[in-house]
Amino acid sequence: MKKTAMLKGAALGALLAAGAVSTPANAQDSVYFANNAYRTGPFSGSGIPIGDGMRDYITMINERDGGVGGVKIVYEECETGYDTKKSIECYEQAKSKNTIVYSPWSTGATLAAIPRAHIDKIPILSMAYGLSASADGTNFPWVFIPPFTYWDGASLMVKHMAAELGGMDKLKGKKLGLIHLDAPFGKEPIPVLENLAKKYGFELKLYPVAAADMQNQGSLWLSIRRDRPDYLYNQGWGAMNPTAVKEAIKNNFPINKLVGVWWAGGDDDARAGGPEAKGYKSLNLNAAGTNFPVIQDIQKFVVEKGKSLAPKEKVGENLYNRGVYNSMLVVEAIRNAQKLTGKKVVTGEDMRRGLESLNITEARLKEIGMEGFATPTTISCTDHSGHSKAYVAEWDGTKWTKPGEWLEPLKDEVRPLIEANAKDYTDKAGNWPKRAEPCEKSS
Amino acid sequence: MFYREAGQFKSTYSADMAVFPIWQDRVGIAVILLVAFIAIPLFASDFVIASVMIPFLVFSLAAIGLNILTGYTGLISLGTAAFMGVGAYACYKMTTFFPGVNIIVLILLSGLFSAAIGVLFGLPSLRIKGFYLAVATLAAQFFLQWAFVRVPWLFNYNASGAIEVPQRTLFGIAITGASASPETRYYVCLCLVVVLTWFASNLVHGKLGRSWMAVRDMDIAAELMGIKLLNAKLLAFAVSSFYAGVAGAMMIFLWYGGGEAADVFNIRLSFNILFMVIIGGLGSLIGSFFGAAFIASLPTILKFGLPAIGIPLAGATAEHVTFMLVGALIITFLIVEPHGLARLWQIGKQKLRTWPFPY
Repeated sequence: MKKTAMLKGAALGALLAAGAVSTPANAQDSVYFANNAYRTGPFSGSGIPIGDGMRDYITMINERDGGVGGVKIVYEECETGYDTKKSIECYEQAKSKNTIVYSPWSTGATLAAIPRAHIDKIPILSMAYGLSASADGTNFPWVFIPPFTYWDGASLMVKHMAAELGGMDKLKGKKLGLIHLDAPFGKEPIPVLENLAKKYGFELKLYPVAAADMQNQGSLWLSIRRDRPDYLYNQGWGAMNPTAVKEAIKNNFPINKLVGVWWAGGDDDARAGGPEAKGYKSLNLNAAGTNFPVIQDIQKFVVEKGKSLAPKEKVGENLYNRGVYNSMLVVEAIRNAQKLTGKKVVTGEDMRRGLESLNITEARLKEIGMEGFATPTTISCTDHSGHSKAYVAEWDGTKWTKPGEWLEPLKDEVRPLIEANAKDYTDKAGNWPKRAEPCEKSS
Repeated sequence: MFYREAGQFKSTYSADMAVFPIWQDRVGIAVILLVAFIAIPLFASDFVIASVMIPFLVFSLAAIGLNILTGYTGLISLGTAAFMGVGAYACYKMTTFFPGVNIIVLILLSGLFSAAIGVLFGLPSLRIKGFYLAVATLAAQFFLQWAFVRVPWLFNYNASGAIEVPQRTLFGIAITGASASPETRYYVCLCLVVVLTWFASNLVHGKLGRSWMAVRDMDIAAELMGIKLLNAKLLAFAVSSFYAGVAGAMMIFLWYGGGEAADVFNIRLSFNILFMVIIGGLGSLIGSFFGAAFIASLPTILKFGLPAIGIPLAGATAEHVTFMLVGALIITFLIVEPHGLARLWQIGKQKLRTWPFPY
């Protein structure tokens, strides 16, 4: 009798299957790009501006240029709610529709997709998130993590701390606290921070926040008050960040010593602290604001024509611009893949080559209206991250500013760790395929 | 007319006691098995197999587990997800310790670990009942989930705290790991679910099942009749957690394929499985399947099915609609048919039996 349920499942399945057939196959002059988004759930506060930025840049390219090299990008969002189960569904959906690149937008989703990428021949673009070890292109030919990894971020945090204190030698005896989401995303920076703590003699304190307690960090901040760390690094996301900013203010923790990872740099995250949040810092990989030709083009071709989902005043905010940066990487990779293969309509395998030889120079940034928006990034066969530069952004009470220079991560510290961990990962996975894909020369 | 049992005579006691005494039921089962084993792998797309069928099978097994405890024995548990987690982590640790042992054996063995933990957290059930017991199992949920995150030994001191599923083969075909095709994973799930359902069916129709139901209906009366409450209740916890543990191991190894495991086994999952049992039908194995199909597959079908047949529905809207719809349907079901989908199925069969001349 129980099998009737299966019959029901089968019938519904057949419905789905029939539907999958009826969706238009990739037309001759378009490429399909699936992007995971979360406009619902506890992380939607950060997910919505990112999704808007991603979407608007692609729309702008389609509207202004008619696509990339004459090929329109069919862009589709798949709602995940930052839930790994739904992300896996979205991956399967993207695969069945022949996406040219998979954009997971969550560390959990990236971890679940990494082992499948090289089998399904879908490149993963996890822009500054995901598995840090996947920056090793030799072992992960299908995973790309530009412009840097969480480990680079952690090293930048230590560098920033040293710069403010007056030198690496001043780190001795200091205390660095890490507030982090108690999930793979939050735990990522720990190995690097532990290594650096040993090397430079500072103390590392961990403050894990369970996903369920993101908005209830009271007990955590009691321990922070007790421990009195000199600096706090916040590896948080979604509802966790505004709470951390508010708690820091409530607990009289000096706000300029609280530094967020780039995902803790949302305008709404900082705004939650009110005027007292002035001085809150966050690592950043893109500039905020609308003073860039690329953002102005988006305003002209997308926002003003009513084709954007974002409210007008939110265009140009930090996380929105981050979404724009991610879409730019995709578009540049398509362009590069077209150049490499001579094809107009590229596939996932072409995209992998396009990403692997991606070289975004200063001149190119200027061409696409992104001068000063981000730093040049070069991805190579072995280095799938580029370990590019970031800066420490500061909240001035109303917007994010860039008070300092672009900083380079401690690549010498990070790189060996990445290679060791990549080897460890592939060894454990068992039967991990040796890289068979030939290297591309940087274009 | 469709479902008439006239002329089907039973000449032995065993024929009379059979789980499917009616010929039409046996044919139905055969047809469904054929569909499940042959038609679906042949005709369904990879997406349907990987995102609809495998989750459906995994949740069915978990729902059977909870149904044994809640539906048949009358003990409420809110810790199902945690017991699933025990299975998943136990399976992961065993694959590291015994890389040579076949993964299917390990998946089944991991249920034993879950059963042991289940018995441990089931001990309070001897003294407390109802809501109080639900709260006690809630403690299991919180404690075990905390342990999954904070005990690094469980995830082999992995830097990101994630479980990595290694590749394992059976007869040279990869059944776990990335290169395992959805069809293979589906077959493994299906075989496990069919065998374990058959086993559960025998359990609940036998002496043990009778004693569970006696405990559910009135435990003092059951005790007076000579049923040992200690044994019956703890066995219910053990069997229930065994099923949950196997489902959890299947979930990570055959469906997710690794990744963020600690947060998967959260209280929402426990509630979802409880809803499956309630909506599907308490104390019914087929209800577990109905409930799993309803709660686990409906959101997926709404989200991907509607746009596919031409009804444009944005992803975020689909999520909201799912929440509203599932919520509304739960309330409707509880009011209109508290015995769940299984009861509706029964009524439907009854109607077919007397069609076209209802009494």
